[in-house]
Amino acid sequence: MVEIIVDGKKIKAREGNYLLRELKKNGFKIPALCDHLAVEPWGGCRLCLVKITKEDWKGWSKIVASCLYPVEDGLIVLTKDKEVEEARKEVLNLMVARSPQTPKVLELAKEYGIEKTSYEEYKEPTDCILCGLCTRICDQLGMSAISLVGRGIGREVAPPFNLEPPDCIGCLSCAYICPTNFIKFEENEKKRKIWGKEFEKLLCKNCGCGIVTKAEAEYFSKKQGIDPTVFELCDKCKREIYSKKFEELQK
Amino acid sequence: MKKLKSLKELSDLRKKLEKDYNNKKEIFVCCGTGCRANNSLKIAEELEKILKENKKEIPVIRYLKKTGCHGFCERGPLVIFMPEEIFYCKVKEKDIQEIYEKTVLKNEVVSRLLYKEPREKKEIEKYKEIPFYKNQYRIAMRNIGKVDPFSIEDSIAKGAYLGLEAALKMKPEEIIEEIKKSGLRGRGGAGFLTWRKWEAARKEKSDVKYIICNGDEGDPGAFKDRSIMEGDPHSVIEGMIIASYAIGAKEGYIYVRDEYPLAVETLKKAIEDCRSLGILGKNILGTSHSFDIKISRGGGAFVCGESSALIRSVMGKVGEPRAKYIHATEKGLYDKPTVLNNVETLSDVGAIILKGGNWFASFGTEKSKGTKCFSLVGKVKNTGLIELPMGTTLRQIIYDIGGGIVKDKKFKAVQTGGPSGGCVPEALLDLPVDYEKLTEAGSMMGSGGMIVMDERTCMVDVARYFLKFLLEESCGKCTPCREGLRQLMAIYEKIVKGEGKEEDLDKIKKLSSAMKIASLCDLGRSAPNPVLSTLKYFEEEYIAHIKDKFCPAGVCSDLVIYEILQTCNGCGACRRICPVSAIVGKQKEIHKIIEEKCISCGSCYDVCPINVIIYKKKELKNG
Repeated sequence: MVEIIVDGKKIKAREGNYLLRELKKNGFKIPALCDHLAVEPWGGCRLCLVKITKEDWKGWSKIVASCLYPVEDGLIVLTKDKEVEEARKEVLNLMVARSPQTPKVLELAKEYGIEKTSYEEYKEPTDCILCGLCTRICDQLGMSAISLVGRGIGREVAPPFNLEPPDCIGCLSCAYICPTNFIKFEENEKKRKIWGKEFEKLLCKNCGCGIVTKAEAEYFSKKQGIDPTVFELCDKCKREIYSKKFEELQK
Repeated sequence: MKKLKSLKELSDLRKKLEKDYNNKKEIFVCCGTGCRANNSLKIAEELEKILKENKKEIPVIRYLKKTGCHGFCERGPLVIFMPEEIFYCKVKEKDIQEIYEKTVLKNEVVSRLLYKEPREKKEIEKYKEIPFYKNQYRIAMRNIGKVDPFSIEDSIAKGAYLGLEAALKMKPEEIIEEIKKSGLRGRGGAGFLTWRKWEAARKEKSDVKYIICNGDEGDPGAFKDRSIMEGDPHSVIEGMIIASYAIGAKEGYIYVRDEYPLAVETLKKAIEDCRSLGILGKNILGTSHSFDIKISRGGGAFVCGESSALIRSVMGKVGEPRAKYIHATEKGLYDKPTVLNNVETLSDVGAIILKGGNWFASFGTEKSKGTKCFSLVGKVKNTGLIELPMGTTLRQIIYDIGGGIVKDKKFKAVQTGGPSGGCVPEALLDLPVDYEKLTEAGSMMGSGGMIVMDERTCMVDVARYFLKFLLEESCGKCTPCREGLRQLMAIYEKIVKGEGKEEDLDKIKKLSSAMKIASLCDLGRSAPNPVLSTLKYFEEEYIAHIKDKFCPAGVCSDLVIYEILQTCNGCGACRRICPVSAIVGKQKEIHKIIEEKCISCGSCYDVCPINVIIYKKKELKNG
């Protein structure tokens, strides 16, 4: 652990860890839309900017994305610096132009005093802020079923060739991690549909309810060595059966 | 080729090759990309055929050599007789017979093919007396045009790998010290001190380290790296081997832009030749140092010239920049210490080691040492590739070497540094060109592109052009670059249509400053440069577009209308050039522009020999 000074307050932080994570741990409120503990940071949204300097930098300072900056001993961090706040505000201003109907974006923009963008609003607004959380979690799970396609303003999240993604196992991680609920899926007891691909679910041997998709069960048992019997019962039934067993043992 | 087992064997081979190669009478045919496009390969072939067929009649045997780019692309195809230095330009296939009969057979000069100095209209016979060449000093491009890029023997005879020979006798620390003395800075644009990178990588404890040569020259109008790779691949390889020895790397990559197929060919051949001579591979020239090079081809994305995106691209991933809070010298390619240098930087290395750091540092300015290659293009008479000591003024470059502005029009600005650079106005023509001075002027060195603009260039349109380029090339990873460029573009589209508002200028400034601070990589951070520099030096042009709804340069077609005056002599030049047939008139009678058909492209204005075409403000239809 090393000591750093944030907005005048001394705090202890783990050296080498990402600055944003240490700041959040210590209760500092920093806006960030592309950061999530489950995946490696990326530095895409540019909202988590902070100004940093050091005692021996002779007055020199720089603005960095805190999500990617590794903590160093003696770091002096300014989270509410005027230049930083201005830049964040402008980035939010741009985000609102892209996603003028997205609650998560509007909420954050409001905190910075933006009700409406001063730029040209998209004619076809989108909830996708291209934070890359979905593609990163998909990569991390080893699937890479979806990716960021195209570059610049033409960029979008999509499965290969915009067809049913062959590698998708329907785990829904992308939909759960999406900060703006852009990724949609449909689901009932027996089936699940995401990215245009339909998945059949495994049904609980006991109660008959849907558990995970067959593709998920296959992937996790094959690649990660999980016993396939784990997927035979739903969580609720598992709990009931085991508690009964436990009760019997207690007798 | 026999594998060389020691430094001495290379030295002996060189002595032998010097005898074989350097005392010949030669004919150089420039086969750089520019001359090739103008049929130089065919010229070389034909000339070679004639030389072969008439072997017995030729008094002094001449060897024909297909060389790399001589730089004077404007005048290509070039044919040069050596050692007499007779310099023929704009040679066509039909000139070959005359060249053979006069110069090859009788040693006479074909004067109509000589270079004519545009100001004094004087013919200049000798290569080195031409102002374009006389004022240059070549280090990185020392062998381009002199050697056959496909022949390692010819290159060795002209001094390739002399620097390597010297380097392998030194300690790695001594090499870095020499580079430090030379003051060499990255020639790719940012100007980071080369020795710092090398030393940082050297200090890393790792079994695996990499050297990457950045040949992804993507700036519009820049082609210096292309010419170096195409014309003298051995200087790049030599620099890479020296760098690898200095930092302790065993593997290297040359990342070549997809649009440079000829460079891939020359580099491939050069690498193969080096391997068979034992200059690359295990135990180079019998020493304990081993190093080999692979070529990695880009996929055509501009952003891959950015170091972190390039490294990802080499690994086969999508070329996207990452934050550089941890330097590549610590964790680069495959998370191993990596030194990434530009083609030109590496090409300088061999010469520095051979002649010493102090020699290199004797050129240039206080903080920018040595020479620098520039691609001189645009509205300048002598377009081409040049190399000059740092600190040469823009005026010297544009007027002494470039020969001034085409048709002697008025100079307006020079755009340096590609899309990340900016426009430097006439008032700063005496600016000595180095890293600091260009940055102070709101532009940057970049990869040495220089686009000269005359009075007929609209600065709002120039900024819009670069914005459009960047908008298409931004990777889209970070919000300020992706969305900021889109919004800037939207504002510019309005301005050139006459729909701009005065507050737009403030909006541009505010957005630009946010992009500079908040963007992830240098593409986004420097993207506002063309915008801010034109706004700084040419604000009145912006105001004219916004307030008067007029484009002073006559470029923005929604704002100007062209008209032929009554003094027209009816030569018909405008009628013939008009791309939409909007000009009518009989020969020797006054011509007229049909307004409904005219697209205000200005071709007629530029072609009119007696300047009787004018442009004025177009009345906007919707007020």
